[in-house]
Amino acid sequence: MKGNEAIAHAAIRMGVDGYFGYPITPQSEVLETLAEQKPWETTGMVVLQAESELAAINMVYGGAGSGKMVMTSSSSPGVSLKQEGISYIAGAELPCLVVNVMRGGPGLGTIQPSQADYFQTTKGGGHGDYHVIALAPASVQEMADFVGLAFELAFKYRNPAMILADGVIGQMMEKVVLPDFRPRRTEEEIIDQCPWATTGCKGRRPNVITSLELDPATMEQRNLQLQAKYADIQARECRYEEIDCEDADYLIVAFGSCARIAQKAMEHAREEGIHVGLFRPITLWPFPSEALAARARQTRGILVVELNSGQMIEDVELAVRCSLPVEHFGRLGGIVPDPDEVVDALKQTFINPSLKTK
Amino acid sequence: MKEEIIIAGFGGQGVLSMGKILAYSGLMEGKEVTWMPAYGPEQRGGTANVTVIVSDDRISSPILSKYDTAIILNQPSLDKFESKVKPGGVLIYDGYGITTPPTRQDIRIFRIDAMDEANERGMAKTFNMIVLGGLLKIRPIVCIDSVIQALRKTLPERHHKLIPMNEKAIHIGMDIIAPVTTEPATV
Repeated sequence: MKGNEAIAHAAIRMGVDGYFGYPITPQSEVLETLAEQKPWETTGMVVLQAESELAAINMVYGGAGSGKMVMTSSSSPGVSLKQEGISYIAGAELPCLVVNVMRGGPGLGTIQPSQADYFQTTKGGGHGDYHVIALAPASVQEMADFVGLAFELAFKYRNPAMILADGVIGQMMEKVVLPDFRPRRTEEEIIDQCPWATTGCKGRRPNVITSLELDPATMEQRNLQLQAKYADIQARECRYEEIDCEDADYLIVAFGSCARIAQKAMEHAREEGIHVGLFRPITLWPFPSEALAARARQTRGILVVELNSGQMIEDVELAVRCSLPVEHFGRLGGIVPDPDEVVDALKQTFINPSLKTK
Repeated sequence: MKEEIIIAGFGGQGVLSMGKILAYSGLMEGKEVTWMPAYGPEQRGGTANVTVIVSDDRISSPILSKYDTAIILNQPSLDKFESKVKPGGVLIYDGYGITTPPTRQDIRIFRIDAMDEANERGMAKTFNMIVLGGLLKIRPIVCIDSVIQALRKTLPERHHKLIPMNEKAIHIGMDIIAPVTTEPATV
């Protein structure tokens, strides 16, 4: 099935309580598949096409406040519209899942794949000092698996989680093993597991959910608590995959669809005797800096491959702190490079720079 | 075994669904598969293409530079993909509307006039299955039983009565595909 369809099926099976969305290419199959599957007749999951992206993210805010497992999905321009809501949800410390199947920008841009929302996702997006936990799937299987993982992390840290995919992963079909069915949590389970949620305050003090705090001293404390939480997430939740790194002289760092293309490029490069390995960040925030720095020590250079003009490369440079050359290869605006282009870029960058074309 | 295939033609010819049936057939045989469409406005006309990979092992990139096999259903696709067939690979094309036939000497070229055949037999809707039959004759990537199983899986139940006609189309494709000898390109 398609990556987008896998998200929808996994959401139903993981016992998600509500999906609120608004269609946009290339992720509309998420909403379409949910509409087709009619989970409201089976699990009781709410599926709602909101009047806009703003409405959808604020419905998520409301659902999350009551301790429900709620999610939305969109593509780049739609996710930009949701940023205000995401900042509020992060400020109010609520769990939710936002899926971004990226397309080329800026503006309305194109419907073709892109990874140009890396900065938006990992460096804020909305206003204020906050982070979302960002997972980058590189296969249809991971699209399915990361729905469960995202909710697990979101509830563990009471923080929004994002699945940052792109048009390639959303639209391609692959073999996928879906998670087992898990019933939605009962009201009692929610009250038990989410003592912070607005579940009806009969017999207890009301829970207040807000991102507003007008007293600066208190607001600073809240920010410091948030920062302590983020430090905790950074220490515990970095995820990555290494492929053929043991004997690598050079490293490609790539996430999502680019990591798949890079793997093929590596096969070609190795046929030519160039020892290259792949380091694939799975969590983009927290970024697996320490693991990357450790791996980089044995190599002579890093090529960062992205569908953008150079965004993740900043985190790679920070991780290795100028200890070796870090170069970038990217295609923009919806163009996806084929594996040979990546091999050529690798050769032009590190093996034979004289080949470099203007 | 690994087969890297591009199928390219006009939107509406059944390019994507043919690729989907091929991928599902591979799935029926327990193989790893990927199906990567050039998605977007193509489905509303213009050219459409899909990359299908069927493999015994884990598949790396769903997007490729070169292909083992190209199935070409119009002139723009021939112009674009002839050069991207690996040396020794296979190019299958439907002659309908082709004004500049392929010229490469280092690949095996086959012609299947599925468009004409489908129209003459009043089987226009099974055009893509005729082409698929041709492919399977030349490159038996999956067996016909798996294709039938895949059709059962991908077609809604109300259309299952059409499966025998699709099977017939596959056999027609196997019969009418023929090798082409190219003239050396004039220098």
